[in-house]
Amino acid sequence: MMTLSNTKYIVLAVLGFWLAPLMVQAEGLIVDQTFKADNEIQVSFSGPVDRTVAEDINNYTVFEEPDPDIRLVVKSATLAEGGKSLSLLFAEPLNTAMTHVVTIKGLAGIEKTTFTVSKSYLGYLFGILISALLINNFVFTKYLGLCVFFGTSKKKDTAKGMGVVFTLVMVVSAIMSWFFYNFILIPYDLNFLQIVVFIGLVSLTVQAVDTILRKVNPILFNSFGVFLVLVIANCVIIAVPLILANNNYNIFETFMLALGAGGGFLLALYLMSSVSERMQLANIPPTFKGLPISFIVAGQFAMAFLGFSGLQIF
Amino acid sequence: MANDKSSMQLITRGILSENPIFKLALSMCPAVGISTTVMNGVMLGIAVLFVQVFSSVTIAIFKNVIHPRIRIPTYTLTIATWVTVIDLVLAAYMPEAYAKMGIFVKLIVAFAIITMRLEMFACKESVNDSFWDGLGMGLGFMVGMVVIGFFRELLGSGAILGYDVLGFKPLLFFILPSAGFFVVGLMMAFFNWIEIYYKRSKGLK
Repeated sequence: MMTLSNTKYIVLAVLGFWLAPLMVQAEGLIVDQTFKADNEIQVSFSGPVDRTVAEDINNYTVFEEPDPDIRLVVKSATLAEGGKSLSLLFAEPLNTAMTHVVTIKGLAGIEKTTFTVSKSYLGYLFGILISALLINNFVFTKYLGLCVFFGTSKKKDTAKGMGVVFTLVMVVSAIMSWFFYNFILIPYDLNFLQIVVFIGLVSLTVQAVDTILRKVNPILFNSFGVFLVLVIANCVIIAVPLILANNNYNIFETFMLALGAGGGFLLALYLMSSVSERMQLANIPPTFKGLPISFIVAGQFAMAFLGFSGLQIF
Repeated sequence: MANDKSSMQLITRGILSENPIFKLALSMCPAVGISTTVMNGVMLGIAVLFVQVFSSVTIAIFKNVIHPRIRIPTYTLTIATWVTVIDLVLAAYMPEAYAKMGIFVKLIVAFAIITMRLEMFACKESVNDSFWDGLGMGLGFMVGMVVIGFFRELLGSGAILGYDVLGFKPLLFFILPSAGFFVVGLMMAFFNWIEIYYKRSKGLK
C-alpha cells in the first residue's frame, strides 16, 4: 500500500531527476550562469577574479551550441560584487531558447574556461511544447498534413475528433519510435532503416488504437473510427519520429514534441473549421469555391502564425 | 481503365487531366512548403518520379502474390524502401539540394498520391502500363511543382533557376513561406476560371 511518506520520497526522487541536469552544469570556478535580460548573461564565480582579464571583451568567445562558427559579439563585460559576479552585455539580443557556449581566455590562470548557459530544463521542455504548438505549428509553418487538413476541416465536430485522434496516435507512435530508435536502430547501426521502421510503427499504432478502441469504447470508436484510416496516409504523423531522430531528443522531449505537434494540429483544424462554417454562408465567387478559398484562408492563418515567431514564455 | 491505352495517353493523363497537385489536390504539403524555387521543384519532382515509377513497377510485378488483406501494408513498405533508396542517394550525391528539401524527401513515404496510384492502377494493370502511369503521375507532380516554383521565384526574388532575370524583386512576399498557400490557391482558382470560361464559350452551361 502506498503511504503518504512513500509518496513524498517518490515526488522528491522525481524532482531530483528533473533537476539533475541543472546541478551537473555548475562546477569549479563558475558557480552559476543565467540569462539576465534579452542581451545579458550573468555569471557568478566561487571567488574574486582578475578584473583586467574579466573585463577585456577580447577574452570572450560566445556562440550558440549548434553553430560554433557564428560568434556573438560581446559589447561589454562588467564585474560586480567584489569581482565575484560578471555581467556580459551583447550587441544583439540573444536567442535564449538556445544553449550558449561561453569560453573565457586566461581567467584565474586557466588558459580556457568553457561553460554553457541555458534555460532550466523544465522551461526548455515547455519551450519545445510551445514551439511545436505555435511557433513551428506543423500545419501553418511547416506545411505538413495538408491533405487531411483541407479534407476534414469542414465541420467543427469532425475537426475536434480528428485532432484528438491525431494527438493520441502521435504521442503513442512517437514514444514507440523513440524506443525503437534508441534501443534497436542506433545500437545495431540500422539507421538507414529509419523510414521503413517508423512507417511500420505508425501503421501498427493506428491498427492497435483501432482494435483497442473498438473493444473498449465502441461509442467513441463510432465517432472517431472513421478518422483512423486517414491517419496513416499523413505526413504529420511520420514527421514527428523523423524530427526526433534528427535532433536526438530524449524521451521527455519526444513526449513534449508529439504533444505539441498533435495539439498544434488540433488547433489548426479547429481554427480552420470555424472559418469554413462561416464561409458556407458567404458569397464566394464560383472560381474560388472549394479548395482555392480554403488555401487562401490557410495562407492568412499562416501569416498570422508568423507573428508567434520569437515568442518566449519561459 | 482499358488495356489499349497507349503509353503517351497514360503520361498526358498524369500531367494534364489527372494532375496530382492541381486536379487531384493530393500531395499538397511540398507544393506549399518548399516550392520557393524552380530548382527545388525539379529536385523533389525527380525524387517523387523515381519513387512512383519504381513502386508502381514493383507492385505490378508482385501483384499476384500479394494477399488482398495485407495489400496496404505491403504498399507502404514498398514505398518506404524506395524512399530510403532515393533519400540515401540524394544525401550522398547532392548534399546541398538535399539540405534545402529537408524532411520532405523522407516524407514522400506518406504521399497519398503514390499509395493511391498503387491501389487504383498498379495492382490491376500490367507492368508496362504501370510504368507509364507512374511516369505520368511523377511528371505531373514535377510539372506542378515547377510551375508553382516558377511563379514564386520570379515574383519573389526576380530570378529563374537562380539567374537574375528581372533585376529587381517585385513582391518579396512570395518567397515567404506562407505565400505558398496563396500561390497554390490563386493558381487553382485560375484553372477553375479557365474551365468555367471554356465551358461558357462552348455554351455548355
